[in-house]
Amino acid sequence: METLAQIKARIEAAVAGAVVEMVPNDSPSGQHSLWVDNSHAVAVAQFLREDPELRFDFCSNVTGVDWPETERTEKVKTTRLVDGVETSVEEIRKTKRPGFLEVVYHLYSVALKHGPLILRLRTENRSDQVQVPSLTPVWRGCEFQEREVFDLFGVVFTGHPDLRRILMWDEFTDHPMRKDYVEPDDYEYEPTPHDEVLVKARRSGRGEAGT
Amino acid sequence: MMETALRSELRKQGIFLTTLEELYNWGRKNSVWPLGFGLACCAIEMIAASMARWDLARFGAEVFRPSPRQADLMVVAGTVTKKMAPQVVRLYNQMAEPKYVIAMGACAISGGPFKQGYNVLKGIDRYLPVDVHIPGCPPRPEALLHAFMTLQQKIAAQPLTGPHRPRHLIAAAPSEYPIPEFGAHDLVPPNNPEIWQPPSITPAA
Repeated sequence: METLAQIKARIEAAVAGAVVEMVPNDSPSGQHSLWVDNSHAVAVAQFLREDPELRFDFCSNVTGVDWPETERTEKVKTTRLVDGVETSVEEIRKTKRPGFLEVVYHLYSVALKHGPLILRLRTENRSDQVQVPSLTPVWRGCEFQEREVFDLFGVVFTGHPDLRRILMWDEFTDHPMRKDYVEPDDYEYEPTPHDEVLVKARRSGRGEAGT
Repeated sequence: MMETALRSELRKQGIFLTTLEELYNWGRKNSVWPLGFGLACCAIEMIAASMARWDLARFGAEVFRPSPRQADLMVVAGTVTKKMAPQVVRLYNQMAEPKYVIAMGACAISGGPFKQGYNVLKGIDRYLPVDVHIPGCPPRPEALLHAFMTLQQKIAAQPLTGPHRPRHLIAAAPSEYPIPEFGAHDLVPPNNPEIWQPPSITPAA
């Protein structure tokens, strides 16, 4: 398989106007991925499947990632005039990164026996603009997995043929895999509570064994 | 009433005496027909228990019925998801009395490894009166056979009159249980308070 940079260059050459970005992975696996902008995602997917050198004919996995809004504090050294003398002062700067939802596709080529290529799509935010284009028209196998991402993360796939909940019931209103999901308060008893369950055990008063 | 010791002594001498109660319970306990349904991997063990190696037919329970109308025993074999729970209760309600429930496996009795999850019921005994619980993940067929024998002993020990008579002989006893509704965050109600209460570990004062 070509390197990710080569694939990125080929996508940009083939699909006019497509914005593709490398998303590096610092972990030991070093499995870098490509982020594609939403308006060109279907065309890019079509290209990845059709191109004779790539032929990613199999989408093995679709999953979601929830990125809540994060605040990063940095210490920055700046020079400032203090009493007419230039001195370097340390300033704490806070930068906010707005939250978004991400959909990750793992693509393989059965015909050319290579892969995976990891494709990422991102929503605008986590509340009202949660649309990404569905890739089910390109890879039929994405249908159920996109429904799962819709069910558990609340990503709305535009162009999906049958976007319904798949694991939870239709009347359910939450998205359980989001970081801010609050599960029903139904703690009963646990013989060895720990971490969050321990907090629940203490709160419920039905608590810990042996207390 | 004849004493059990005298009865067994007479049987050794070739004299068979019995009571209507004993005959009735003997018939009941040896024709427990299970409902043929499984929810997860425990069902594979249940199927294995019904095949030649373990041979559930020895207990008169080999006739897995495809209809709840013909079944006496519900083996809840596997994980009960919250989405499936109303259907399980509905199937139980459609069974004719007398009927029994065996909760098979860690999931069916407590939610098992999925207990803290958002989509799994923390034990079917929240909605149904369970007669025998089997732990295990999954329980071996021997464990299911043991549960059958436990159920048979339970049936054989039931008096036909008095306050401890079986439920199907008490006109006022419920035969159907409320089916939970799908709510916005959880099943409504999350359990049937008439048959199940959260366990309390604080000693009674």
